[in-house]
Amino acid sequence: MAAATVTEMAVLPPTIEEVQDAAGPRRRRGKGQRAASRTLETVGPVLLLLVVATVVMQAVVDQGNIRPEVLPSPSRVIRSGWAAREAIWQNTVPTLQVTAIGFAVSLVVGWLLAIIVDFSRFARRALTPILVASQTVPIIAVAPLMIIWFGFGLLPKVIVVALVTFFPVTIGLIEGFDSTPKEASSLLASMGAGKWRTFRYVRLPSAMPSFFTSLRIGITYAVTGAIFAEYVGAKYGLGIYMSMQKNSFRTDLVLAAVLVTSLISILLFLSTYLLQRLVIPWYGQEKRSQT
Amino acid sequence: MTVGVEVHATGTIPVASAAQPPRFELWHISKGFETPGGFRPVLDGIDLKATSGSFISIIGPSGCGKSTLFNVMAGLEPADAGRVYVDGQEAGGKREHFGYMPQKDLLFPWRTILDNTTIGLEVQGKPRKEARVAAAKLFEPFGLAGFEHARPFELSGGMRQRAALLRTVVQEREILLLDEPFGALDSLTRLEMQTWLAEVWVKYRWTVVMVTHDVREAVYLSDQVVVLSARPTKVRLVKDITLPRPREEALMATPEFAAIERELLEVLHEESRHALQTQRVTV
Repeated sequence: MAAATVTEMAVLPPTIEEVQDAAGPRRRRGKGQRAASRTLETVGPVLLLLVVATVVMQAVVDQGNIRPEVLPSPSRVIRSGWAAREAIWQNTVPTLQVTAIGFAVSLVVGWLLAIIVDFSRFARRALTPILVASQTVPIIAVAPLMIIWFGFGLLPKVIVVALVTFFPVTIGLIEGFDSTPKEASSLLASMGAGKWRTFRYVRLPSAMPSFFTSLRIGITYAVTGAIFAEYVGAKYGLGIYMSMQKNSFRTDLVLAAVLVTSLISILLFLSTYLLQRLVIPWYGQEKRSQT
Repeated sequence: MTVGVEVHATGTIPVASAAQPPRFELWHISKGFETPGGFRPVLDGIDLKATSGSFISIIGPSGCGKSTLFNVMAGLEPADAGRVYVDGQEAGGKREHFGYMPQKDLLFPWRTILDNTTIGLEVQGKPRKEARVAAAKLFEPFGLAGFEHARPFELSGGMRQRAALLRTVVQEREILLLDEPFGALDSLTRLEMQTWLAEVWVKYRWTVVMVTHDVREAVYLSDQVVVLSARPTKVRLVKDITLPRPREEALMATPEFAAIERELLEVLHEESRHALQTQRVTV
């Protein structure tokens, strides 16, 4: 029956409405479907892997008679986490705050340093070794000192987050500025541009793709940096929450908080792509046109 | 050096015909670079001049310092010795006389084609709106009409080069410096671009200095072809091309064209062999 209808349709000449349909909304629907299948193609594998891992973990815990204090089953993590959602949310807000403020500070510092280094050869030679040296400082040793120096408030945590994240931002920007082709600088110079105009017209836009890469690296560090700073000592926050739950053997709640942390990191990470599309739409267009 | 200047001041050098003074003149331009192996002279007293509205091509063996010469003319690098004159005025180290078109199109992906072509004017302080009006007028003759708001990656290689030339021309500088403008194009597109350039040049009569590796292109487009020697570089030969204009593609098949091409190629080959020998000596 179905086959017959198809043949009939193929034999009959298309009506005007059908032709218009094909050109108009139907094509749009096709495009939507294609986009949906592309999305599935992208996120399908990771979802599948997660489901399999969860099922395996659940089975292992259920069959192996493992005590929940040692390894809670995924369903238990979700259940306990949901029951404690209010406490978790209350501790999530301060973590987000520390992450946002710390990363904002890091962005300001990173941009300033990178611009200074880009404009002055002296600054480049003076600052680059110090920038690298700053990354050899073991945060694990310094974070507790921050609390001794600055107390349990926002400041020590903001400093830790900034300290962990300003480096990728700064280096990403410096290398981004340097990625400007030499010929482009010559071209601008021949037009009569000085240092500032060359920066504004060429070096700054050239650095944007590299900046967004470093933004992605930095933002994921920012969340873990905030958690770490809180873990060392805080009144509120996911870090101190995890620490306290661990001390009372609530492994399930620790993992529930970890889950929240991961979700936040992933969301922030994805949001950088959104921002990138808004700020430098040409970059994606150009890349797509090359493939 | 001082002697030369004195001679120049008395007016014996350069010889400018009363009818048409040179649009620009290079006089005894020399330049070298410090290298780990010692001082390496690159340009060794280059003399060159062009009347307004003439098309000059520079050919020479590879590594003969054509880019250095262009950098000196564009005011990007100072010469060690010698003078640059534009309309009789000393113009060494000044950047406002020469419009430079690099070998790569260097159209920026973050700007539309129209905004790419206005960048020179914007840098020079012209309000964006005025710059756009000025550039937009040239889109039709440059075969770019309708692509004002396209992005560079949407254009073919030939169109990109035309946009790059438009960006240079719209600055209305006295002399255009074209650095192998069609070097990166495939041969068919290159031929199309040469014919196109010959056409628009007849219309606008810019004063052009073009560096090229393509002897045929040089003869086809130019009023004068200058052959440079191997390093340290001097002017080896100045050949006036008196073939009639407007020139069509068919001209390249005529015996007159072939004779000029052969003559230039012979000199060029000789210099290339020379360049190879001296390189072997220095290595």
